Amino acid sequence: MHRYLVGLFDDEEPLLAAVRSLKKEGVKIHDAVTPFPVHGLEHALGCKETKLHTVGFLFGAFGTTLALSVMTLASVVDWPNNFGGKPAFALPSFIPITFELTVLCASIGMVVTFYLRNGFSVFADTEVYDERLTSDRFGVIFNLADFESESDQEMLVSKLRALGVVETKIRETRNYKPNYDEQAS
Amino acid sequence: MSAGYTSPVRDPLITGSKTYTDISNDICGPVESAPTPMFIIGFLISATFAVIGVLSIAWTIWKGIGTWGLNKTIGWAWDITNFVWWVGIGHAGTLISAILLIFRQKWRTGVNRAAEAMTIFAVICAGLFPLIHMGRLWNGFFIFPYPNSRGGEGLNSLWPNFNSPLLWDVFAISTYFTVSLLFWYSGLLPDFATIRDRATGIRRKIYNALSFGWTGTAKQWQRFESLALILAGLCTPLVLSVHSIVSFDFATSVIPGWHTTIFPPYFVAGAIFSGFAMVLTLMLIARVVMGLKDYITIAHIESMNKVILMTGSIVGVAYLTELFMAFYSGNVYEQFVFQNNRIADPVIFGPLMGVEPAPYWWAYWAMMTCNVISPQIFWFKKMRRNIAVTFIMSIFINIGMWFERFVIIVTSVHRDFIPSSWSYYSPTWVEVGIYVGTMGIFMTLFLLFCKFFPVVAIAEVKSILKSMGDQYLAKQAEEDKAEGGIDYGLGGASPAYRKDKEN
Repeated sequence: MHRYLVGLFDDEEPLLAAVRSLKKEGVKIHDAVTPFPVHGLEHALGCKETKLHTVGFLFGAFGTTLALSVMTLASVVDWPNNFGGKPAFALPSFIPITFELTVLCASIGMVVTFYLRNGFSVFADTEVYDERLTSDRFGVIFNLADFESESDQEMLVSKLRALGVVETKIRETRNYKPNYDEQAS
Repeated sequence: MSAGYTSPVRDPLITGSKTYTDISNDICGPVESAPTPMFIIGFLISATFAVIGVLSIAWTIWKGIGTWGLNKTIGWAWDITNFVWWVGIGHAGTLISAILLIFRQKWRTGVNRAAEAMTIFAVICAGLFPLIHMGRLWNGFFIFPYPNSRGGEGLNSLWPNFNSPLLWDVFAISTYFTVSLLFWYSGLLPDFATIRDRATGIRRKIYNALSFGWTGTAKQWQRFESLALILAGLCTPLVLSVHSIVSFDFATSVIPGWHTTIFPPYFVAGAIFSGFAMVLTLMLIARVVMGLKDYITIAHIESMNKVILMTGSIVGVAYLTELFMAFYSGNVYEQFVFQNNRIADPVIFGPLMGVEPAPYWWAYWAMMTCNVISPQIFWFKKMRRNIAVTFIMSIFINIGMWFERFVIIVTSVHRDFIPSSWSYYSPTWVEVGIYVGTMGIFMTLFLLFCKFFPVVAIAEVKSILKSMGDQYLAKQAEEDKAEGGIDYGLGGASPAYRKDKEN
């Protein structure tokens, strides 16, 4: 069993302010969970920049290469046709398919990477910290392994209260959830 | 999205002083409740039409394309008309979700989910037509370029013609469908998680699978936003390319009436025009039936009507440009198509030009009336904000845009270069059956979407609540006034909004 302390806020601004102030004090934050993207939160937590755009570019470049090479191989090398003396390597008329395959490969590649990196699966054994975190609560999560003594935990709760937390609770999960430092980019 | 400063003349996009909790309850409500009798009746009606469509398609495949009203002069008619019409309808969804995301238009959040769903269902309906028209559907895989033995003994590959716009179209439509589906589904993950966390038992399991185990950590949101932005960036040229390529099916031919360089922009504008009309038709009903008036407000409707006015006017200019270019080209065949096959009506233009009425003059003038003349009513703000007028106009535009494709396709080919083969086309019951069938399929899918999926993007609406919610805008106006700023005296919204609210 892994134990987490969940501090629930009722809006994005107090959560963001709390995360910033706790980070300043050097308190170890495990993660933050919100019902919609809170801008600046990932920076406040110190998340690394995502490399998803690079993945998209690489898959897109693969698509471009695939389309151009297959069309060139087919209509220049394997079976050239004479259409009124026009060149077999007809780049302008290869552009539409090249563009479409670039977009297709970039999109599929990026979405698949997105699912894999997040560990998404239809069989996901999802253990949420709190049911309201996808609706109207904004949570900051602490791994209690980082706050072993009871006095540390009490100190943390009182700090959170001072920062405007509306509720704190302890959540036990079967699966360990990686923190933002351990999560891949 | 943090709460930035919003101009006091902006109308709120979320009314009814909603909280985050209210938004979850309002949008998850219809998904969690039992289907209403109205839903069941609507579902049965649309499913019946879908069955008619399936039977007509089965009959076509069983007997062959001879069951249609095509003849040796008119080889393309209702099938391609319907194909282009449905693809066009799909374009509004991608425009709203991709192009408006890049332009940071906040009103897209209320309608993007349903519009994207429409895109996907419309492209499914569109894709059916070229597939059926192939005749031997089971040979459809010939279109894919893979090493094969169709060129003779051994692995002697016969390749598709990469210079053909019909092949480009296969790639464009399948890419469009795939990317739209991925974009739409990735956006649904957080909202499925919201429904999951409110549910218990088997429903929870199903929505957990649908949400792929989304939890909403900071890292997931960071990746999510990055993905959404890049997919939007990819979809923006994609949506413009798809209808451009559809227009190449015609524009790269040498048929008078089709052989026009104006087709790509003209088709794209027309597609967005018809797509927004369909979004309005469906959303005007959905906002009442599903109680979404606070999320799809008059401000949303007005914005969409502005897009309709603009794209409709582009289409109107394109029609006039086509006419002028036919005249200016000095090409008698091109002139004949426009003068004798399209605009010559029996009452005004026919007698005026001294030509016999065109066989399809009614189609041309139906198109002109519905697409160019009637949308001009949206120059008036009062009309843009009038729901009844908007609904009627949206139906008009759907009809007009169908006629546009019919005019382009049938009037250009029904009289070819040899007068002895001039012909007339009317659809058979099989073609009518397939067309109403696709409408049934579309509506069936849309109703299922409304019942089981969050119709409004919950997370996205929550993210604009602080900047576009009515209570926040009113508060901001009060603060402006207290700080000695301009007193608009409007409670944080435009005069039209205030007036509508008072009534």
